[in-house]
Amino acid sequence: MSSNYLEIIRPGINTTFQDKGRDHLYHIGIPFSGAMDNRNYLIANKLVNNNLDSALIEFAYQGPHIKYSGEKINLAVTGDVIFSIKKKDTEIEGNCYESYQIENGDEINIISTNKSVYGYLALGGEFDLKFQWNSCSINTKANIGSNDGKKLDVGQRINLKKINSNKDIKKTNYINTKIENIRVIKGTNFDYFSEEGKKIFYEKEFTVSKLSDRMGMRLEGPKIDNIVNTNIKSEGLIKGVIQVPADGNPIIMLSDHGTIGGYPKIGVVASVDYDRLVQMSPGSKIKFKEINLSDAETLFKLYEMETQNLLSQI
Amino acid sequence: MIKNISNLGDAALYCDFGNEVNKSINSQVIKYFKTIKEKKFEGINNLTPSYNKLIISYDLKKTNFKEVKNYVENINAQDSKDINSKKLEIPVCCHENFSMDIKRLEEILKLSREKILENFLNKEYFCYMTGFIAGMPFLGDLDENMRAQRLETPRVKVPKGSVALTEQFANIYTFESPGGWNILGNTPLDVFDSSKEDKPNLINPGDTVIFKEISLDQYKNYNE
Repeated sequence: MSSNYLEIIRPGINTTFQDKGRDHLYHIGIPFSGAMDNRNYLIANKLVNNNLDSALIEFAYQGPHIKYSGEKINLAVTGDVIFSIKKKDTEIEGNCYESYQIENGDEINIISTNKSVYGYLALGGEFDLKFQWNSCSINTKANIGSNDGKKLDVGQRINLKKINSNKDIKKTNYINTKIENIRVIKGTNFDYFSEEGKKIFYEKEFTVSKLSDRMGMRLEGPKIDNIVNTNIKSEGLIKGVIQVPADGNPIIMLSDHGTIGGYPKIGVVASVDYDRLVQMSPGSKIKFKEINLSDAETLFKLYEMETQNLLSQI
Repeated sequence: MIKNISNLGDAALYCDFGNEVNKSINSQVIKYFKTIKEKKFEGINNLTPSYNKLIISYDLKKTNFKEVKNYVENINAQDSKDINSKKLEIPVCCHENFSMDIKRLEEILKLSREKILENFLNKEYFCYMTGFIAGMPFLGDLDENMRAQRLETPRVKVPKGSVALTEQFANIYTFESPGGWNILGNTPLDVFDSSKEDKPNLINPGDTVIFKEISLDQYKNYNE
């Protein structure tokens, strides 16, 4: 038995292990999964000297409260997160984007994400986790991945296989930016909707519904009127697709989405805005802005360069 | 043949094979799917065949729409070794414990329970695609007189193994999931097994499936 481990005192609302996800499985019905906010996932790993594709703990809203036992290890939290670290005789308020060294008996309490959804807790080492299809990402719907595909639970013990020898403390000054508009590319069923419906889609504000999770984000607001057919023959989906069912309320497919769907697709979120989209919490206002494919490709390239730049400075 | 290729967002190709649902169009889709899958084009990270569409998604860090489109347009899908499709018999128990929607089907189809089962069982169905939830096969086509719409209000939980119908299709719920199809019976087989990473799906696109009725006793003893 490993002598370095975490104990879950409080699991939080939706706490899972995530890594880069799994590919080449859509045809079987298995989505990518993986960390929702990829940039924050990468930064967290870099801050604790991990390989960038290492597994870490993803949480939503309220995070876990954990107790660590074992030799010294580094820890970092990314996102917009309020957390504290309790040591033998002190308790400090933690800062995101800064690594800390913790030791036997220390506790980390992730109190909540701030006006955002997902946060990441990385430890400088390797969790002892089961891999399925080259990934330990937990898909709670299909019960795939580590931890039998289930959320972390109270009282659980999670072992570490390895602790990084590089224990350099690192820090970066990243600030999560919010954007007013989510940029989208016209969907393959755009013409299923009335002129008025198309106008509503691009001009009106929608509200992120409480019924949003790792599978999808439901939106509420003005109804988008369908004039052709409220169903299509089921076909493949990708993350970011915005489907509009008969009730006229859009649903955006997120990382654990069903791989096939039968509702008309009005748009697809541009890859550049995915990390920021998933961080929009229930009640947030969302507005869509149309861009074309070539702009979407260029914007993603710039975003990716920025990510690499951020990582290289850590 | 692919009639049109467009983009689905900035990280996927939408290959349109037409609007009809039939075996011949779907076989084309599957042929392209298998050919592209075998060739392992750098950057393509997923392929989703469906009735008459093929979605090819790619890593925008590695390639782009123009490159993948050009690649797909120049592929010779005829080269693909013919698909090693299987013919499978699926045991299904239609005891009233399982056939939750039989009354509804009797009313909609205006057929007796016996007639519904006779029309459904012992016939060959083609697997058009798998997905929505892991391993769920979409099978068809049902007889013309067997076609019912999905439930007005979907069930929150459909039991694992449920064999269900909607329009010209039958499917199998590979694990407990929400769903709105008309449930006719239940199979004791594991149609999806995530512990078999190399082939988790019992039924794959292109396969042929025949449902064979088993009794409640046979069902109970099936996995013993």
